Amino acid sequence: MAATDTLAAPPRAATRPTPAIRRRRRPGIGNVVWGVVAWLVGILFFFPVLWMVLSSFKTEAAAYTNVPQFVFSPTLAEYRHVFSSGVGSYFLNSAIATVVSVVAVLLLGTPAAFALSLRPIKKTSDALFFFLSTKMLPIVAAIIPLFVAAEAVHMLDNVWTLVILYTAMNLPIAVWMMRSFLLEVPSELLEAAEMDGARLWRSLREVILPVVSPGLAATALICAIFAWNEFFFAVNITAARAATVPVFLVGFISSQGLYWAQLAAAATIATLPVVLAGWVAQRQLVRGLSFGAIK
Amino acid sequence: MTAVTAPSAVPVGTIRSRSTRQVSWSRRAPLLPALVFVVVVTQVPFVVTIWYSLNSWNLVRPGSRQFVGLANYVHVATDVQFRTALVNTVVLTAGTVIISMVIGVALAVLLDRKFLGRSVVRTLLITPFLVMPVAAALLWKTAMFDPTFGIVDYVLGPLVGHVVWLSRFPLASVMVEMIWQWTPFMMLLVLAGLQSMPTDVVEAAGVDGARPFAIFRELTLPHLRRYIELGVVLGAIYVVNEFDSIYMMTQGGPGVSSTNLPYYIYERAFLGFDVGQSAAMGVVVLAGTILVATIALRLIFTSFTGREEAA
Repeated sequence: MAATDTLAAPPRAATRPTPAIRRRRRPGIGNVVWGVVAWLVGILFFFPVLWMVLSSFKTEAAAYTNVPQFVFSPTLAEYRHVFSSGVGSYFLNSAIATVVSVVAVLLLGTPAAFALSLRPIKKTSDALFFFLSTKMLPIVAAIIPLFVAAEAVHMLDNVWTLVILYTAMNLPIAVWMMRSFLLEVPSELLEAAEMDGARLWRSLREVILPVVSPGLAATALICAIFAWNEFFFAVNITAARAATVPVFLVGFISSQGLYWAQLAAAATIATLPVVLAGWVAQRQLVRGLSFGAIK
Repeated sequence: MTAVTAPSAVPVGTIRSRSTRQVSWSRRAPLLPALVFVVVVTQVPFVVTIWYSLNSWNLVRPGSRQFVGLANYVHVATDVQFRTALVNTVVLTAGTVIISMVIGVALAVLLDRKFLGRSVVRTLLITPFLVMPVAAALLWKTAMFDPTFGIVDYVLGPLVGHVVWLSRFPLASVMVEMIWQWTPFMMLLVLAGLQSMPTDVVEAAGVDGARPFAIFRELTLPHLRRYIELGVVLGAIYVVNEFDSIYMMTQGGPGVSSTNLPYYIYERAFLGFDVGQSAAMGVVVLAGTILVATIALRLIFTSFTGREEAA
């Protein structure tokens, strides 16, 4: 019953004069209380991250205290230590794996999403089902053959192996996400391009791409986050040469022991790019993570 | 979609049937590179895994490889540790997804109100989700759960005394870390649902004298159902494959008390070098996932894409 009411209500409510009702939604004392509650919860959730960042500016002695210290004289010593421990090559590997795989995802995924967004036919939904299903399968069941194959062609501990795997890992998300953006392109635009006799590639490049470039950017961002944070493949098929930032973090523990201030500095550096990107693009994040289901 | 096509002079049905007949290779071709790539890189390995699972093959014993039929599966079926890992996986996934969703709904309702600095609070709340999973696990293991200088012990110590969280409650500790990471995701999905809700209806109900809780139960929750389902399905897809936090926080221990299936298979393959058995486990997990995923996929598909095409 509730569902039918919801469907029937909007047109009726739209004609109803609303000023009297609007006034009731002004912030009142209740909203102030809930606002305070929301702030407290927000700070509670954020606290571990804040603590990590604070600890990274402490000396080891100040980081290891029974009573948490909030006031201390900040030092950059731990950051200097992290940078001098050769984090650069790990960052370079992460950057290559991330950037190249994202470009490959866009090159392969855009045409595929375009083909899938043209007209809803039976085969379309089959193909979409297939793409999504590859994301659901437990990757751990595929790691052994991948490892054996990489070994056979001498591509273990090679950053290009990561590029291939990350491209495959992100393609399903990208195809779903880009299709949902392409569906928002008015179909007249496509029809018109087609009637002008424009070939598929031209209509893709000159008509569709300008309209969906914000969507492309969002897709790229999501794929970049996943690639940057990926750990399972990285730890299993790379060693000294091709290891990425998450592997560096883990290695940092075993080689240095548990020095929390140092680890906090390393973890802050490793995390910062994605946190900043995610803050900027909150809405796109939801869309990407829900495979474009949520606009 | 109908709203867009309706004004054109050609009846919708004509376009549809003509296009269905004329679907040419030029239309399908753009799909092929992505399809072939995904099949080769992600699907072929699964087939190979099935073949491996029928072999006895230990990497540290060269020449040990031989066809053994279903022997590995018999071993998996009688492996007590595998069963523990399976139960742990179910507990970890269900616990993380359900608790994150409950907190996520509460937070979304909170954030749907207007208050000073709402966007700042939203930004604070989503941050845990953005932290690199390996770093998050490290953070919880060292700064939060450490028995001597951890924050959790500092806050709860006066109440419950000193507890070595990661060895006393390993699975629960991992779950707390994962709930911390996943709650923002659930909150974002539910918040998107709340904000897509027509406010007129809620206002009208308020004017008609409905109490806030009744409005929430009768109007808001039914509207949110699809979003909650989507969050549960997507959360489950990611959480069931969780590896990072277990690897970082407990290494599956003590014993196998916090080992989940991905971690157990990893251990068997990369620490035990037993390709045949870990492949058999992989196939069992694969079969289970396909079963669950088929149901889950229908759910997402009918609830979102289906609506999109019907609208």
